[in-house]
Amino acid sequence: MDSKRTSRRELLKGGAALAGGLTLTSGAIAPALGQTHDHGMAMGGTQNEYPMVPGSKELIEYGQRSHYVTSVRMAHPMGGRASPDAFGKVFHVASPLQDSVGVVTPSSLHYVATTRGSYMPDIDPAQHTLTVHGLVDQALTFTMDDLRRLPSVTRLQFIECAGNRHNGRQKTVQESHGMTSCAEWTGVLLSTLLKECGLKGNATWFVAEGAEEVKGASSMPIAKAMDDCVIAYGMNGEAIRPQNGFPLRLCVPGFEGIFNTKYLRRIKIVDRYYMNYNDFGHLDRKPEEAALSFQIGPKSVITRPSGGQHLPGRGFYEISGLAWSGGGAIRTVEVSTDGGRKWNRAEIKATPQRMAHTRFGYMWNWDGNETEILSRCTDEIGQVQPTREQVAQYWNVPFERDYRVPGLDNSVMPWRIAKDGSVTNGLA
Amino acid sequence: MGSLRLVTIALLLAGPAFAQTYGVGRATTPEELRRLDISIGPTGEELPPGRGTAKEGAQLFQRKGCVGCHGKAGIGGGPAPALQSKKGQDVPIWERERILPLSAPFATTVWDYIHRAMPLGNEGTLTADEAYALTAYLLFLNKVIPEDEVLDKQSLPKVKMPIGDDYARLPEWKPGTPRLQGYPY
Repeated sequence: MDSKRTSRRELLKGGAALAGGLTLTSGAIAPALGQTHDHGMAMGGTQNEYPMVPGSKELIEYGQRSHYVTSVRMAHPMGGRASPDAFGKVFHVASPLQDSVGVVTPSSLHYVATTRGSYMPDIDPAQHTLTVHGLVDQALTFTMDDLRRLPSVTRLQFIECAGNRHNGRQKTVQESHGMTSCAEWTGVLLSTLLKECGLKGNATWFVAEGAEEVKGASSMPIAKAMDDCVIAYGMNGEAIRPQNGFPLRLCVPGFEGIFNTKYLRRIKIVDRYYMNYNDFGHLDRKPEEAALSFQIGPKSVITRPSGGQHLPGRGFYEISGLAWSGGGAIRTVEVSTDGGRKWNRAEIKATPQRMAHTRFGYMWNWDGNETEILSRCTDEIGQVQPTREQVAQYWNVPFERDYRVPGLDNSVMPWRIAKDGSVTNGLA
Repeated sequence: MGSLRLVTIALLLAGPAFAQTYGVGRATTPEELRRLDISIGPTGEELPPGRGTAKEGAQLFQRKGCVGCHGKAGIGGGPAPALQSKKGQDVPIWERERILPLSAPFATTVWDYIHRAMPLGNEGTLTADEAYALTAYLLFLNKVIPEDEVLDKQSLPKVKMPIGDDYARLPEWKPGTPRLQGYPY
């Protein structure tokens, strides 16, 4: 409590403070730094409507959200493998989609999955390198600085975990769909690096490997490498967060989450599927199952109103949700507010990007009666999000309540609205 | 003049075909590659020299602490998956448990996995001999190989896994194709 401040308070009490009173503070650049900001910003010395928060070094250097905003990630799945798991490690963590707006998931809320519950490596980017070798003319090693010299791309991209499967036991959209997120990724095209190395004619697959303790590795087609894979160092305008692969992550647009290799240290060009580590997890008997567990299908979900939320009464609500597909950009989204009898074209909120979350909205005038709301999407190559019944029909198997959609589950998610305005899982 | 213009146009049209390179990155040394390249493919060409048997592997399974997570002789019960099948060899492979040293299409996958990711907390510390011995032990526990078979760079890729050819290959991937041909969803 310095004397200047005391004198200012006295001035304010005396009713002498006009707008010009602000200039009485010593630091004109940061007026209220470290002080209780108890004087009125408004003209005429009126009382503040809200408490004033003092500034701090932390808030100035790396900001934080309001303490009123409490949305957080949670262990996934509920009742499944705990996080931290039996080894005391962080396993799978789901994003709070019910609170999401727009299409970008804040890095702090991006879902996290790890290979076999691995620890996060604490990588010094000055020491980190990426080596590209195998069926190339010249094996090359790139430092982080080398990668920054090469032409960059910046793209929105969703990443979704294969375990993002909805069922009737889940209460909220975070539990049912929280293992997908969308960030703006910046980096170098993998094809740029492969051109630097010179790809040999018999290259058909590549293996990407991370630097975490298990050195998780996945085989992927070389056609994908040459199409749109990105060696990313940036996420949402800053360096990638450690939980999401700092300092380097392979982004594989539209493929299941596990292919998006974190802590990327090595890419090996090969002439066959290598069946290493993560590949064994993808082993299937039927080719259909294998194909459907690779590229992600068209999928959407209503995030508001969704399970656990409450409508205060009849009247207008914007039904808001997210749509995405591994097949490309979202072309259309439809919303039904009568349990799937009539489908209405939803508004798409911005130009849909390839393999990115797309925000949709539909204005709904709720009449106060019990109903079910659902969404479905179609992507740019014409793939349509199915109901579970449609998938069962396609495979010619009897439809049961707990029918398991083959591959990554992209089926329609219903939310039930009760007369009292409560929103619950329509699969329950 | 006219022909020169044609040449210029031709060069411009051909532009994207002339892959631009930037000369960034340094050549990886053979020594670095030997240290880094832990990927063992189905042919086993990357396997290092060394050898091991199930008997040696059984001792290592105790000594390296594998028992703590995988149970005695890999029967499970701990925090990590079981490594020994409880179902008989007469049961078809896809109806048996999904156990790496039983269900993997290649023995190289087992060697790669152990060498890369085990033991927990000391990953990457096993010698080549130890990885051969542990692979032999786990394959023996699942009756894939006899107890006295010696595994090395030559014999390991030749091990016949019970799954044989009975597993799915991924479809050829191309940009802009659906995830499964003919599947509307």
